[in-house]
This record gives sequence, structure tokens and C-alpha cells, in this order.
Amino acid sequence: MTLPDGVERRTFDEEERLATRGPTVYGEPTDGEWRAWDARRSKLGATFEKGLDTGLEGDDSVLYLGAASGTTVSHVADFAGPTYAVEFAARPARDLVGVAEDRSRLFPLLKDARKPDTYAHVVEKDLDAIVQDVATRGQARVALENRQFLAGDGRLVAAIKARSEDVTAEPADVFAEVLDELEAGYEILDTERLEPFHDDHLALVARPK
Amino acid sequence: MSDETAGAAWFEGLEPGDAAAAAEHVRDGSAEAPANWPAAAVDAEFAADEDAYYDVLREATITATRAAVEEAEGADDQQLAHLVRAMDDCTRTANELAERVAEWAGSRLDEEGSGVGFARRVAAIEPEDAGEERLLGLAQRVADLDDEAEALRAEIERAAPEIAPNLAALAGPVLAARLIALAGGLGDLAKSPSSTVQVLGAEDALFAHLRGQGPSPKHGVIFTHEYVRGTAREHRGSAARALAGKLTLAARVDHYSGERKTGLDDQLEARMERIRARTGDGDAGSDDGPDDSGSDDSGNGGDEE
Repeated sequence: MTLPDGVERRTFDEEERLATRGPTVYGEPTDGEWRAWDARRSKLGATFEKGLDTGLEGDDSVLYLGAASGTTVSHVADFAGPTYAVEFAARPARDLVGVAEDRSRLFPLLKDARKPDTYAHVVEKDLDAIVQDVATRGQARVALENRQFLAGDGRLVAAIKARSEDVTAEPADVFAEVLDELEAGYEILDTERLEPFHDDHLALVARPK
Repeated sequence: MSDETAGAAWFEGLEPGDAAAAAEHVRDGSAEAPANWPAAAVDAEFAADEDAYYDVLREATITATRAAVEEAEGADDQQLAHLVRAMDDCTRTANELAERVAEWAGSRLDEEGSGVGFARRVAAIEPEDAGEERLLGLAQRVADLDDEAEALRAEIERAAPEIAPNLAALAGPVLAARLIALAGGLGDLAKSPSSTVQVLGAEDALFAHLRGQGPSPKHGVIFTHEYVRGTAREHRGSAARALAGKLTLAARVDHYSGERKTGLDDQLEARMERIRARTGDGDAGSDDGPDDSGSDDSGNGGDEE
């Protein structure tokens, strides 16, 4: 598998872990200018750990949907180029602003990922990647509605949370349904369950059709 | 920001260096589709090059988002408590005055009726003398109070999801506001055990029970929730306990994290289906049908049969 430039496996406390270079955010261990990327706290980190080829190369332009308090997006901004971080809830967005203040190409936006028209005047098109981690029902719809930001050869790297769609259904059934819906606008390149890092989550990589 | 710029780039019509206006455009603007904004900004001579553009964009998004966060967090739980108390006062007073209007109108006018709707009809009559003018004036106050209650409800429906997104989603905005008001604030509600939340608003019945003078109340204001009221009587205790449990969790998430967790909705829904399935009367509730307006009758909601 290929990690993007700027993401490396390094040893922290005798354990090999993913790491990026940037200011620390959540008390993670550091090694010189490198800081550990905790796959248990980050679905994208887990996606790399599981060996999916995300198509991310380093220096990519990224739209990150569901940035929350900025844990993962801080690592993305470390290795990527311009990174637009969309988060809907005010409280985590406050921490996200703090993360953005320490980085030069991270743009925080307090917006609803289900309403791309509210940020299409800020976020540019032809982006290299959309990273999606939104814990709401209708995760496929979010991906489809934000497809307009993606370049023709761009990548959708999403973590689908089964319990956000239907808590009573079998996760496998939920994932099948989400993937089926995604086919309307995306070609699915790869999928992988994120256990043991995250229960009932499916990582997927797709490109626009 | 003016309407003309809606649908355009955030930097359109912006003086370079006007940071406040830039942040406002980022917050309130919109566009139907994205474009290559960095290149467009350079073309429009808004920025010298792409790097300069991103520097300004960074400044604008950080300022805009910080301001939006502060505004959202300033929306405060105590205001919500005032809103719901004011709404209840307006409704109660409107009903009281409507009774007075009905009684008075019955003695003066040909019309008879009752309630706020009747008062509205009276208010619309052309007065014939000074005494009638006073009656009509009183009827008009009833209509005004009722309008105000409605406006307060609309404001609660707008504000509650901002202040307590999970609680508002599970309980509905008005019940969420009532629970916050009864507990004394969102923080207090978050720290309450679920057994307390279950009987908030049924304090009279609860203390009577503690004095040994009555059964323990099954529910307080949460009685107004469809999941309690719409469940068959013999299962309402279970329904109220399950609902209170999830509402408590929702209040804690709202207070400590503020993120919307849709999982709670689903868990509650699943739990309710199981409770209601016990007798197979999934959507019972016809045995008892107060309309959805009041919590008044639920204050003593603990009465056992």
C-alpha cells in the first residue's frame, strides 16, 4: 500500500504508528517534528492502517466533511495542500478553529455538509479528494451532493458508520445499501471494515463516474 | 451582504483588506456550484497569486467560523427557559381571560361560545357603545396573548435545536425547553439521574408519594411525548423510563459535547418498538387523548388508576 508523502510509519514507545509533521493537537506522542496519528481516534488513520489505497499522494487539495474538533483533519492538513474543513456543530468547531490557527492551509467552515450550496462560494472545485466522516443518516447522499467539488480523477475516501443509518439493522446490510446508493455517482474502488479500530464502520475509496 | 452577491464567490465585491466583510461573506454567502475560486480571485485582481489568496481565505474562514461559534454558543439555555415559561404564561393567561370574555359576551352579545377562538370572533365585532368597546378590547388582548404564545413557540422551535440538538431531536423543541426550565438549566439536566428526569414536572405527586400518600409517579412533563402518551396505559411506566433514559443521555451529549448523535434516536425508536410490541398494540393511545398543547395535565401524571 502507499501512504501519501508526509505520512510515515515511525516508532513511538516501541510501537510502530502512523505519523505526520505538524503542531500537536490532542496530546499525542511526538518524535522530533513527527507526531503520532492514533488510528483508534481517526477513521482515516484506521483506513491507512488497514492498507486501503486512498489515492492520496501528499499536497492534495481536500474537502473534509465532518471535521468535528479537528483531530483527523489536523493530520490531513499536515500532509495535504489546501484543506477545507466542514463541521456542523458549534462546540467541536471551536476546537477546529484552534487547530486551524496553527496551520496555514486549513480553512474551517461551520456549515452543514448536507447543504453544499452554503459553502460552494468558498470551497473550490476540481479537488483531489473528499474525506468524509459524517455521523448522520444519509451518508451516501452527502457524498453524492458533494461530488461537484471533486475533480474527474479525484477520490472519495469515506468512513461509513452503520449505526448512523440504522441502529437495528445488520451493519453488512447497511453498508450494501449505502454502496448501492453511492453507485449513482461513484465507482467504488475498494472497501474494508475498520475493526478493530472502529466497530461497525466501513472505509471506502471511490472515484466519480 | 447584499442579495446580488448571493451565488457568487465569497470575495466578489470585497475590498481587499476588509476582513470583517470577508468573514461575513464566508458565513452568509452561497453559490449553486463551486468554481476555480483561487484562479478567479487572481483574475479579478483580488489576490496577487494563489498563495496570497489562500492567506486571505484562511483569515476570513477562521474569523467567520470563530464568530459563528461564539454566536451559537451564546444561545443560552437560560434564555430557552425564559421563552418556555413566557409561552406557558401567555397561554394560561389567554385562556383565563378568554373565560372572562365568554362570560361577559354571553351577557351582552347574541354570540355565545368559549375559548380563545371565541374571543377572537368577539374582538372582530364593531363596538356599539363604550361598554362594548371594553369587552372587545379585552377580547383583543386575548388574541394578542395567543399570538405572542405562538411567536414564542416558533422561537423555541428555532432556538432549542441550537442549544440542545440531541435533546430537541428526541423530545421535540418545546418539551426539551420545558425539561431544561424545570431542571434549572441544561447543565443541571445533564447532571440529573434519569429517574429524576422521568418525573420532572410531577413534583407534587412525587412528594405526596414520599410522604406515603400516593403511588410513585410514572412520568412528569415527558407525558406530553408521543412515546409515553401514545403507549398503552399498562406499558407507560416502561415507556417513560426508557424515554427518560435516552433524554438524559441526549442532555449529557448536548451539554458536554454539543455534537448531534443520531444513534440515540435509533436506540430509542428500537426500544419503544419492543415495549409497544409486548401487547401488540403498537400505536395505542386512543384510550386517552388530550391534545398536544399542554403539560398542565401531566403535572399530576403519576396518578395510578
